[in-house]
Amino acid sequence: MSTMIAPARETVRAADRVSAARRHVSPGETLSQTLTMAWRALKKMRRNPEQFFDVTFQPVLLTAMFAYIFGGAIAGDVASYLPLMIPGILAQTVLTSCMATGTQLREDMEKGVFDRFKSFPIARIAPLAGPMVADLLRYTIAATLTFCMGLLLGYRPGGGAPGVFAAIVLAIFTGWSLAWVFTWVGTIARSAQAVQGISMMILFPLTFLSNAFVPVETLPDWLAAFVKINPVSHLVTAARDLANSALVTGEVAWTVLACLIVITIFAPLSVHSYKRHM
Amino acid sequence: MSITELDRAGGGAVVSGGTGLAVHAEGLVKTFGEHRAVDGIDLDVRPGEIFGVLGPNGAGKTTTLRMLATLLKIDAGRAEIFGVDVVGNPHVIRQLVGVTGQYASVDEHLTARENLWLFGRLLGIASPRARRIATELLEQFGLEEAANKPIAQFSGGMRRRLDLAASLISRPPLIFLDEPTTGLDPRTRGQMWDTIRGLVADGCTVLLTTQYLDEADQLADRVAVIDLGRKVAEGTPDELKTAVGNSTLQLLLAEPGEVPAAAEVVRRVLGSDPVLSPERGRLNVALDQADLAADVLIALRTAGVSITSVSVAKPSLDEVFLALTGHGADGDDENSREENR
Repeated sequence: MSTMIAPARETVRAADRVSAARRHVSPGETLSQTLTMAWRALKKMRRNPEQFFDVTFQPVLLTAMFAYIFGGAIAGDVASYLPLMIPGILAQTVLTSCMATGTQLREDMEKGVFDRFKSFPIARIAPLAGPMVADLLRYTIAATLTFCMGLLLGYRPGGGAPGVFAAIVLAIFTGWSLAWVFTWVGTIARSAQAVQGISMMILFPLTFLSNAFVPVETLPDWLAAFVKINPVSHLVTAARDLANSALVTGEVAWTVLACLIVITIFAPLSVHSYKRHM
Repeated sequence: MSITELDRAGGGAVVSGGTGLAVHAEGLVKTFGEHRAVDGIDLDVRPGEIFGVLGPNGAGKTTTLRMLATLLKIDAGRAEIFGVDVVGNPHVIRQLVGVTGQYASVDEHLTARENLWLFGRLLGIASPRARRIATELLEQFGLEEAANKPIAQFSGGMRRRLDLAASLISRPPLIFLDEPTTGLDPRTRGQMWDTIRGLVADGCTVLLTTQYLDEADQLADRVAVIDLGRKVAEGTPDELKTAVGNSTLQLLLAEPGEVPAAAEVVRRVLGSDPVLSPERGRLNVALDQADLAADVLIALRTAGVSITSVSVAKPSLDEVFLALTGHGADGDDENSREENR
């Protein structure tokens, strides 16, 4: 601390720096900055393993609970309920884990280090997209555990490994897309608790008012109408077709389309509201 | 591209003005609801100087700095940094300015080394070089032993040093320091001052805010005094001290009625007007040298003015305000407030 700045350092010349300054962030720089922010998020996860609780315990517990509670009532027995239920649980766990994206972003944004990120010449989207890239790991854990738990309970997916893999990839992509909604909520809400509350309100109707756990035919007409347009239903149907019969149906296209629409709307909204916060 | 930083003007020259100033701000305004936190501040900072913004809490110092650093929207007025318009080219400004905030802006979850590496990577420095710069900075700031400890275990002084180190990674030509020594012990404070002087020796320009008159005196080439979102004075520390005095003689008279007589005595002895405090019977006399206190006291005795208590103190920020504006940092003198408007 006594000899602070080494005397041999070359002088900082303001005029040179002004002329060398770049006017905007290139897409390549944006990607590299996003990946650097993802590295930060992964480091954080490793040092706070409780961040993995929701993606580990929830799939394990929910799969077991739902199988034994609803199995007999809905499908006659556990074994015949599993092919219906596992893709539903898959969708639900991935969506629940993407809800945490918004809450954690809000908590993070209140910390001093975000001031530095804002003062840096980096793409405004990088601090938002970085954690979302890191969250892909969480979705992967949640999706894989759901299927493992299913296998343990006696689920034998007819689609085989490729079908299951495709279903997992689709679920992860959907989770990542919908996470932009929660990221946006994270940038507009006043506190992490508020994010949690708003996210729950979005998430519960989306997952439970779908065909995730019960056949649509058992629902009243007005409810069935909503269930049929709910994007989560499309994900669940697509995942069922993939995992149980290795069929790529039109549902996959609907799911991907819905996801793209969500990204197109909420990614710019999130960046806009993040910038406005400054 | 729409979601990365856009600039409106497209290509071409960024530099507009030929002022040659590091910072040039005119009539900056920031409003939070009804409250005008910054109410028309002009600032001119020359390249290579340390410019101090002095003021009490809530004067608008931090808000001004944050507007200049593109962290807050400028509600009215305009600002240029090295001739680059702040509002029109935020991305360029961010490459020219290093910001060290009042509260350390480093990542609590990472170690000191990881923090510096992360910031280096974000600034577009290749990984091996970012690692090398991190090591260099940790050495320079005496943090090499704590390099691999989580920030949560750092003392306040260590955090400040790491924070400043982080602002220097890209060696920006202009550095903003928001109250760099608030809450530091005297020794760490002195070290921070040395560091800041070193920056200027390297060719940087420093704009710092402070609540301490002696800090502004120690460091700054020029000082702007800010109160209630407005600039109330500007000059070198010497000029400020001429207005305020090196020390202040505080007198409490036995008879409040004798204040005019006492003021007359002071005027005769020192040739300057004392400041009458809001409480009746009190006089504050700015002194260039503490020795002059004796002259004043002897003259008062000769004139038959009797005194209840006497003290000689270094001028506090409040007295700077008293001297500069005629009211304290939270003053209530009607007339002098009128003058300020």
